Amino acid sequence: MIDLQENHQIIKNKVLRTFAKGGVHPPENKLSAGAGIVDMPVSGTLVIPLSQHLGVPSKPVVERGQEVKTGELIAKSEGFVSANIHSPASGKVQKIDKALDSSGYKRDVIIIQTSGDEWIDTIDRSGELQKNISKSREEILQKINEAGIVGMGGATFPSHVKLTVPRGKIATHLIINGVECEPYLTSDHALMMSKARELMVGIQILKKALDVDTAIVGIENNKPDAIDHLTQIAKGYSGIKVVALKVKYPQGGEKQLIKALINREVPAGGLPIDVGTVVHNVGTTFAVYEAIQKNKPLIERIITVTGKDIKNPSNFRVRIGTPVAELIEEVGGLPENAGKILSGGPMMGKALNDLNIPVTKGTSGITVLPESEAKRKKTEPCIRCSRCVSVCPMNLEPYLLMSYAQNDMFEQLEKRHVMDCIECGSCSFICPSSRPLLDYIRLGKSNVGKIIRSRK
Amino acid sequence: MNDVLLYTILSLSSLGVLAAVVLYFVSQKFKVYEDPRIDEVEEVLPAANCGGCGFAGCRNFAEACVKSDSLENLYCPVGGNDTMAKVAKIMGYESVEQEPKVAVLRCNGACEFRPKKSHYDGVASCAVEAALYGGDTGCQYGCLGFGDCVEACDFDALHMDPETDLPVVTDENCTACGACVEACPRNLFELRKRAKRDRKIYVACMNEDKGGIAKKNCEVACIGCGKCLKVCPFDAITMNNNLAFIDSDKCKLCRKCVPVCPTNSIIEVGFPPRKTKEKTSGKEKEKPEGSAAPEVAAKDDRSSGKSSNNKE
Repeated sequence: MIDLQENHQIIKNKVLRTFAKGGVHPPENKLSAGAGIVDMPVSGTLVIPLSQHLGVPSKPVVERGQEVKTGELIAKSEGFVSANIHSPASGKVQKIDKALDSSGYKRDVIIIQTSGDEWIDTIDRSGELQKNISKSREEILQKINEAGIVGMGGATFPSHVKLTVPRGKIATHLIINGVECEPYLTSDHALMMSKARELMVGIQILKKALDVDTAIVGIENNKPDAIDHLTQIAKGYSGIKVVALKVKYPQGGEKQLIKALINREVPAGGLPIDVGTVVHNVGTTFAVYEAIQKNKPLIERIITVTGKDIKNPSNFRVRIGTPVAELIEEVGGLPENAGKILSGGPMMGKALNDLNIPVTKGTSGITVLPESEAKRKKTEPCIRCSRCVSVCPMNLEPYLLMSYAQNDMFEQLEKRHVMDCIECGSCSFICPSSRPLLDYIRLGKSNVGKIIRSRK
Repeated sequence: MNDVLLYTILSLSSLGVLAAVVLYFVSQKFKVYEDPRIDEVEEVLPAANCGGCGFAGCRNFAEACVKSDSLENLYCPVGGNDTMAKVAKIMGYESVEQEPKVAVLRCNGACEFRPKKSHYDGVASCAVEAALYGGDTGCQYGCLGFGDCVEACDFDALHMDPETDLPVVTDENCTACGACVEACPRNLFELRKRAKRDRKIYVACMNEDKGGIAKKNCEVACIGCGKCLKVCPFDAITMNNNLAFIDSDKCKLCRKCVPVCPTNSIIEVGFPPRKTKEKTSGKEKEKPEGSAAPEVAAKDDRSSGKSSNNKE
């Protein structure tokens, strides 16, 4: 133990790395840090959206009234950029209907009336660590595809697509994202603390899939215990380096993380593979471990349920499709002064308009904001202070993009690289006039996106 | 002293003359021929520059008219048939007539019918709200009430009704340029055929939810019951995704569908009031030509007579 503390002292004294341009430091409020992971009981009714990933929605392969077991395939991926969906519990398919999901719109879902928790036989449910990777590269990719694994940091991009390196490009670095820069959320932190060994095996699998030698795990310095823990365990594995990073939002963005860790800059409009890197979240890495070594599809994830007035902020292992209401009940109910319930953290999270909305593969947390913090401040005129420009991690000019978006100047928006915006919200956070910068930029981005797609 | 003045005037004048001569020849050499008909066509256009024709402005439309071989697919909705006839005359083409249209709002979800379920405190813009979620009422198809359409209208034909929180179309001003159709993130505006005396019957709803859910969220939602479908003598009504739609090309404005709608989501505008509404609707179901509403019945006859003539 003394050893670990000393180790961390060394890290503290070093000048920590971070990305070069922009960023903010919102209050961290990591209330559930160190709370461990609690298993959430299986809900009576699970609502499973067919569109939990970026890309084409999956197609149901079950019928109404059909009995399903835990881990059984219920919706098949439609095309390359899409993902399979498996039943998170055993029971009966009640109906295939439309229901509200975190997008705020009614979309296609499969509703499962659960009864017990009977798993299909092929899944290894023992807690034993499986170190030997017997599968070949192709088998790994195929298995990840079959297991329906998507980026679990929130972007929900199908993982097998990311791991398929396009022709003519070579991956040299694998980066594992344990940054968790979003305030309040601690799900990745809890996972790193409790499943470090499994994570290491997961990293080895990803390394094999990408055919790279080095993997770097980036963790922000507000999680010293996780840094120490992973550094210690990584010693037993070859080619895994754990790096502590200075606390700065949005370091969890893959482009920022690449800049911080290996000082490479992803070109505008490009992907991390353009600079020879692939970034995966720790949650995804753990899911990959379970899929390859335990034959378990992605049916549950770690979710932080937190908020200043929540009685016991906690981290849960939750089955996909559990309604948010049950999670909030589990941490002591909704406080009286609740103003907004966010899916995600306060910076990038999305306000939910119904408590029956289910958690999906991309839900990293539920944050309950008190009324005093939930309200938007009055919008004042822009005072040209350019603070939005200085905090933008993507080198954009948010004040300009907002004006262009307001006036439908799509050509200018495209010219000023609106499509490079990562929607981190630093500009809206820092604006002293409380201008809705991101709202309009997002609108402009979606319009420009449509125009670009229509050109093809 | 005089000499200096004289030389100055002379040298400057000769320079001027020289430049004029050079400019004359240059302008002759590099003259750009522009079809004079472009100016003529532009002259007869309404100069609204609204973009309703699909071009950036009236000048662009005039250029397109002159360049093209016929006036097919070229139509100025603001000027209408009169303007297009003038354009055709200038160009010597055959004029293509289109029926005048008017924009209608396909939502009747006023505040009293559609209770709010959440509180939206973001930017006061329909487009921004629509990008975030289904709206603060239970209906994800209905009007959001921030008036993006009012802002888009160049002809003062739209205003927000503060009581219902819905935009209202002023038929006299509407030119059917389609700006509101583009502006509405919910696609609630439809350009319908402009009938005599601006009469119209349309389903004021875009809700595609199943009947029970639609009705729960909005009292005047179309529940897809299909009653109007059965009663329509002209097959003008179609039902798709639990939503009725009245085709304005087929509709003869007989008004039979209006009283049978259980949620009052079919709206009639510009008609004389029905006499003793209950009786009328009761009798109309059995006997459309009943004597209870002679005025209405007479009109029904006329319209149906016309339609049969057309068929013949």
